[in-house]
Amino acid sequence: MIALVIPIAMTLFAIAVLLNLYRLATGPDIVDRILALDTLMINSIALIVLADIRMGLDVLFELALLIALMGFVGTVAMSKYLLRGDVIE
Amino acid sequence: MTPSWRSRQFWLPHPLFSLFLALLWLLMVNEFSVAHALLGLTLGVVIPLVTHAFWAEQARIRRPLPLLRYVLVLLLDILRSNLVVALRILGPARQLEPGFFTYPLALDDDFAITILASTISLTPGTVSIHHDAEANTLLVHALHLENEIETIAEIHRRYERPLQEIFQ
Amino acid sequence: MNSLDMPWALQLVIALFLLGGAVVALIGSWGLAKLPDFYTRLHGPTKASTLGVGCTLIGSLLFFSHQQDGVSVQEALVTIFLFATAPVSAHMMGKAALRRRLRGVARTRHMPEE
Repeated sequence: MIALVIPIAMTLFAIAVLLNLYRLATGPDIVDRILALDTLMINSIALIVLADIRMGLDVLFELALLIALMGFVGTVAMSKYLLRGDVIE
Repeated sequence: MTPSWRSRQFWLPHPLFSLFLALLWLLMVNEFSVAHALLGLTLGVVIPLVTHAFWAEQARIRRPLPLLRYVLVLLLDILRSNLVVALRILGPARQLEPGFFTYPLALDDDFAITILASTISLTPGTVSIHHDAEANTLLVHALHLENEIETIAEIHRRYERPLQEIFQ
Repeated sequence: MNSLDMPWALQLVIALFLLGGAVVALIGSWGLAKLPDFYTRLHGPTKASTLGVGCTLIGSLLFFSHQQDGVSVQEALVTIFLFATAPVSAHMMGKAALRRRLRGVARTRHMPEE
């Protein structure tokens, strides 16, 4: 059953990533693009985890944690840049 | 004033936080052994020691039991909120009535305000956007604002009152 | 992948978590693509996507916990991390948008004037 579900879930997440890319390309303002990138990061974490289950490895966890971290730090840094014109005060 | 290096204040400014870091380390390596426990405890002591100069005044958790209930309520509300937001997203966008409102804060502790702001962001149709430190208000955006007085009362009753109980 | 030795009920639970998570995350991204202005778009990713990925991670946690005779808690860490950071990023992005004087759709009530 799981073998059947994983490709379906991966397809759904792939569609989600495409929607994010659409917003990334068209987003009228740069803040929209940051939001699109942030969501893209979150969706890619799910894709990595699903690939991990599919291959039965349980080694890609560190990758997921790193992407979560980088996504958060990147989003905050870019927003902060827009707010103050400076990342580190 | 920096406490002297012989006092507990110097080595363990935040004992609970140190314990939390040690636990986090054990979860991270996903394995329990004496060596890892020692390493985790070392990290738990060293990290606050190096960084506590950057910290704001620490909040005190007065009662842990309401905190547990708060987390449970929050988890249920996150599920409920997702249903609500999903329905709003799938429905026609023309019927949405987005709006801003200012939420007057009764809390004055920074940490408690942070938790309240995060809670507002995670629960039905509202995202906290700006904290005005002078007026002590939060600017909140709602996806569908029907009655702002009701929404404010709801947030106050459901989240701020328990937080006041926990932190004050 | 050898999920054949897994009890039927557990398989069902994991499958539900994975599928439900994917659907919820897709709705979040759909909102991001569809909604009319930045402030409304902010709602989809902060709530739906976070919960969707959280569900996927919990499914993965159950799967690997069964496979390796021992609880695999690392996925729970990522989930908690995501739930703790999503409101903060949303707050920062909202602040940046306000600072850039982004307008909401015309019918937005109480649009703050700076």
